[in-house]
Amino acid sequence: MTTRLLLLIAGGPAALLASIAVAVTIGPADISTSDVWAAVSAHLGLGESTLPPLRDGIVWNLRMPRTLLAAVCGAGLALCGAVMQSLLRNPLADPFVLGVSSGASTGAVAVVVLGVGGGAVSLSAGAFTGALLSFGLVLMLSHSLGGSTDRVVLSGVAAMQLFSALTSFTVLTSADADTTRAVLFWLLGSLTGAGWSDVLLCAVVLAGVLLVCLGHARTLDAFAFGEEAAAALGVRVARTRLVLLCATALLTATLVSSAGAIGFVGLVLPHATRALTGSGHARLLPVTALAGAIFLVWVDTAARTVIDPQEVPVGVVTSLIGVPAFVAVLYRGRRKT
Amino acid sequence: MTGSLPTDPADVADPVDPADTVDAPPGLRADRVSRRADGRLIVDGITLTLRPGETLGLLGPNGSGKSTLLRLLAGILAPSAGVVTLDGRPLPSVGRRATARRIATVEQHAHTQTELTVREVVALGRIPHRRAWSSSTATDTRAVDAALEHTGLTDRAGQSWHTLSGGERQRAQIARALAQEPYELLLDEPTNHLDIQHQLDLLDLVVGLPIATVIALHDLNLAAMYCDRLLVLREGHVVAEGTPGQVLTPSLIEQVYGVQADVTHDPGHPVIRFLRRTPKP
Repeated sequence: MTTRLLLLIAGGPAALLASIAVAVTIGPADISTSDVWAAVSAHLGLGESTLPPLRDGIVWNLRMPRTLLAAVCGAGLALCGAVMQSLLRNPLADPFVLGVSSGASTGAVAVVVLGVGGGAVSLSAGAFTGALLSFGLVLMLSHSLGGSTDRVVLSGVAAMQLFSALTSFTVLTSADADTTRAVLFWLLGSLTGAGWSDVLLCAVVLAGVLLVCLGHARTLDAFAFGEEAAAALGVRVARTRLVLLCATALLTATLVSSAGAIGFVGLVLPHATRALTGSGHARLLPVTALAGAIFLVWVDTAARTVIDPQEVPVGVVTSLIGVPAFVAVLYRGRRKT
Repeated sequence: MTGSLPTDPADVADPVDPADTVDAPPGLRADRVSRRADGRLIVDGITLTLRPGETLGLLGPNGSGKSTLLRLLAGILAPSAGVVTLDGRPLPSVGRRATARRIATVEQHAHTQTELTVREVVALGRIPHRRAWSSSTATDTRAVDAALEHTGLTDRAGQSWHTLSGGERQRAQIARALAQEPYELLLDEPTNHLDIQHQLDLLDLVVGLPIATVIALHDLNLAAMYCDRLLVLREGHVVAEGTPGQVLTPSLIEQVYGVQADVTHDPGHPVIRFLRRTPKP
């Protein structure tokens, strides 16, 4: 167990770095790892760039931010999923269980299709606002229903249905074919057009939320036997629940506004990681974040290359992999009851 | 409710002053605590003192307020009126974590979907002793080892909690509670769903612990055999308090449970024999 843990601690970040370095070289334009190194070191001020500007641009402006955003999104979604599953004591919870993604979709659609904000508001800003509105609604609803975790889940489901319906209604009644295509692509989750500003924003929020969650790692362990058992172990349950719900909702909203609702990473990766690390959150949370990052880097690489030059929304690929894994989770759950 | 025997007169006459912690008796006390839910009083003005090292049995029919009283004593629920004090300090001012280092609870039916080993379940008891970011110390490991040994689960430590039998799961919960290194242990019908052998094993284990214990029980004979003192509840009130011999009389059993019983006195404790409502055909 301890050697495996050491392997994870040393090997995880190394595997992530290697994955990013290799993933950046893959694509229509022929780029080698030494090209990647040259471009990155030049931009970090470690030497003169020896690359032609076009190739440098492909590495630094296109593939690098996209790959890094994939890593950040994968890490963030897996982290949020792990926290939600433990906090809500629901093995099928994921980062979108609070209706954040549906709210984000409605916000994005309102901006793109209906022109809310008159062009001054970006799709991301609209999505972020929608996400927070939806989360606020879920919090209010669950609080007025008594605040227990099953009420939180039910409120999330209600919000998800409501906002999905609003999104569909808006798209079907108001959008032309091109807008519908663009919106659909975004709804399915896509890292196309990722820029450095997206990467920086998401990375900063991820770092903050990761720290909050790691600080609550022991507290999350205490939830294994339910909220009352957690309270008996000295946990301030209501406060902990609020802090963690808000932190994960903030991170999810940020990620969704940059990359759309990439499904199943947050549901499946935490389960896969638990098999490696056990259920202790001090290990589970960092390892699941790493695993999510590596996973999404490779899935996105596949999404943008497999049927080249066409691109598949990354959310479609994660779901294709995620659904069988989801079924496996259901089977495991059946054994325990 | 009438007919409530007064508790220790000193307890009734002596309202707790939160500032008065110097002369306060050590231990866990409830002073006229009530808990209202949906407009109904579940616990109605109960006063009790848990003496160091004693085993106090809580008796009463379903819905008499036993579970709620235990939650109030553990500080998991806040009383609507009255105060629960630990060494003279009200629980809210003691703080959740500090309370959990003193008082451990074992719920009636613990369940989890999380995949945990027995050792991991027991180690949950160390959470109130650990700060965020800290890793487990030698003290934690010793406490967990001792708790496993005390409950006879050392051999099972590496096994998944889900593979344990009902009796073993209850023992694992008690081990978790012991890992908290409590001075007060509260158990809510810990023998439910156990066969008679495991009921006796479990109660032997509990009463052998050198800490004060409150244990809610359904079985009057087990209560008579294992408890030093009994508190009988009905509709949120205390209707009787005292040693098993004082409390478990045919008239009280009829009053509280509405059944007829013969009580004989074995050396040490009363033995209750329930009578059929209709004669045997």
